[in-house]
Amino acid sequence: MGVKLLLDKANVPGIRSYEVYRREGGYRSVEKALKEMNPESIVEEVKKSGLRGRGGAGFPTGMKWSFIAKPEGVPRHLVCNADESEPGTFKDRYLMEFLPHLLLEGLIVSSFALGSNDTYIYIRGEYAWITDILEEAINEAKANGWLGKNILGTGFDCNIHVQRGAGAYICGEETALIESLEGKRGNPRIKPPFPAIQGLWQRPTVVNNVETLAAIVPVINLGGDEYAKIGVGRSTGTKLISACGNINKPGVYEIDMTISVEEFIYSDEYCGGIKGGKQLKACIPGGSSVPILPANLLLKTAKGETRYMNYESLSDGGFATGSMLGSGGFIVLDEDQCIVKNTLTLARFYRHESCGQCSPCREGTGWMEKILHKIEHGKGTIADIDLLWDIQRKIEGNTICPLGDAAAWPVAAAIRHFRDEFEWHINNPVLSQTSNFGLQHYADPIHVPA
Amino acid sequence: MTYTFTETQMAEFNRLVARYPEGKQKSALLPALHLAQDSFEGWLPTELMDYIASLLKIEPIEVYEVASFYSMFNLKPVGKFIFEVCQTGPCMISGSDDIIAYIQQKLDIKPGETTKDGVFTLKLVECLGACGYAPMMQVGNIYKEHLTKEKVDSIIAEYRAAATK
Repeated sequence: MGVKLLLDKANVPGIRSYEVYRREGGYRSVEKALKEMNPESIVEEVKKSGLRGRGGAGFPTGMKWSFIAKPEGVPRHLVCNADESEPGTFKDRYLMEFLPHLLLEGLIVSSFALGSNDTYIYIRGEYAWITDILEEAINEAKANGWLGKNILGTGFDCNIHVQRGAGAYICGEETALIESLEGKRGNPRIKPPFPAIQGLWQRPTVVNNVETLAAIVPVINLGGDEYAKIGVGRSTGTKLISACGNINKPGVYEIDMTISVEEFIYSDEYCGGIKGGKQLKACIPGGSSVPILPANLLLKTAKGETRYMNYESLSDGGFATGSMLGSGGFIVLDEDQCIVKNTLTLARFYRHESCGQCSPCREGTGWMEKILHKIEHGKGTIADIDLLWDIQRKIEGNTICPLGDAAAWPVAAAIRHFRDEFEWHINNPVLSQTSNFGLQHYADPIHVPA
Repeated sequence: MTYTFTETQMAEFNRLVARYPEGKQKSALLPALHLAQDSFEGWLPTELMDYIASLLKIEPIEVYEVASFYSMFNLKPVGKFIFEVCQTGPCMISGSDDIIAYIQQKLDIKPGETTKDGVFTLKLVECLGACGYAPMMQVGNIYKEHLTKEKVDSIIAEYRAAATK
């Protein structure tokens, strides 16, 4: 069993309630932070911890916090990004549903560190029942003096408000989220200015993911140095992985980033192996945007080394032979899955979710979907593969926000690693409508140059 | 048709607006539209959007442009219950195609359509964050997960019964 810092109490009966959460040691980090520390020393501890943003980008949290501007007389805001919408990702939902007070605890400490008296949780609109859970928890925390005016007699005031979104993946991008929180369409803003300077209502704002803010609790309880000892290299602490697809035990797992991908997939403690005793064909290890890898490159790097479940190891080899830890949305595909069809559903997703602001993304995502639709339905040509490659290259890096990249990468990786499956589809327009390309060579050991 | 919130709905509306600083009441637009949609016929007719605009003291166009951006807001009449079935990657590889085909056959409607009796609307949606419990659909505020044909049968029966109440 690995170290658990977030979900260690998840199975305690009644842990959702304030009473049980507090009895189990909850809200200690608020006492420590507000009474024994000051905002600057908290930011220092977070920096020392090496905690990286858990929403997908992996940017160091302490550094992000240190960018917040502090103009005299202007309120600052912390915004919790609970707009979890990246296909394959359902970890924040789990955390909020079962441990709402853990998130609130992290939010109070973080609000104190950043000087936010009004903190907002922006939650995806579909998570309506979780909104109710959070509001109930906020009422409990308030009734027990952890929120409201003059918390613990320190003079610090803090209120937490929950706002539901209304169905838009793009609002997970921090500036689109801010726009949405202001009651507008979720169109990402051009940066700079960054939210740390001009964010919500043009005030200095920090936007952090749910899991990142929950992780502030163990960072404060253990201290930054101790937190940084867990994990490996620049992958410190623990990470929640939401595992789904063709596995025996889909669900949310907390890992300490030292275990191998192979252990994560096949161990009974985690995914429990491939469903129905089938073979592993491919995996998207960090949410739908990150490059898909064939089985052989997933379990071992191109150098023939074991691949581990952490930021560095999963990205070893760059996009040529690696992928990313991303949001921790771990999607497993067995030998019966069709890469063309899987790529088509993701391309349709990004076309649907493009906000339409930037031409390369608005037009390109539609083109990619149409071409993939043609190929999937036996009407593609070999030239279509090159056209797809060309379109994704023209989207990547040419848009205001990362949705363009997120749409381009899955298509690029599918062609990069599974080109012969695309060709088979095109060359066998009738057969491909009733059968799949199958596992083929995708699990074969990779030749490692000596 | 004109719309007016009841006293209880207005109290909820005021609670939503109070979460934002003075003069920033437009921030309450998304929650207000949820409230409006849930309080009347499950969709947002122009008159209802205009009513929300007047309450928030913003221009009607500011409401229309937001309502048309977000997929949860319905701009056309819908059935009493909406089956929103996820079709994105993780659900697809877990068998959502079969579930979607089965629902279409059972209700005799295509995605985007409403049954003749006005009880069910079928919508295909993108990832709802239930990938580990796929295939899944959302009915109102409730997630129905680990769908099988048998489970779909019982869900349809459950809501058909609820519709006649």
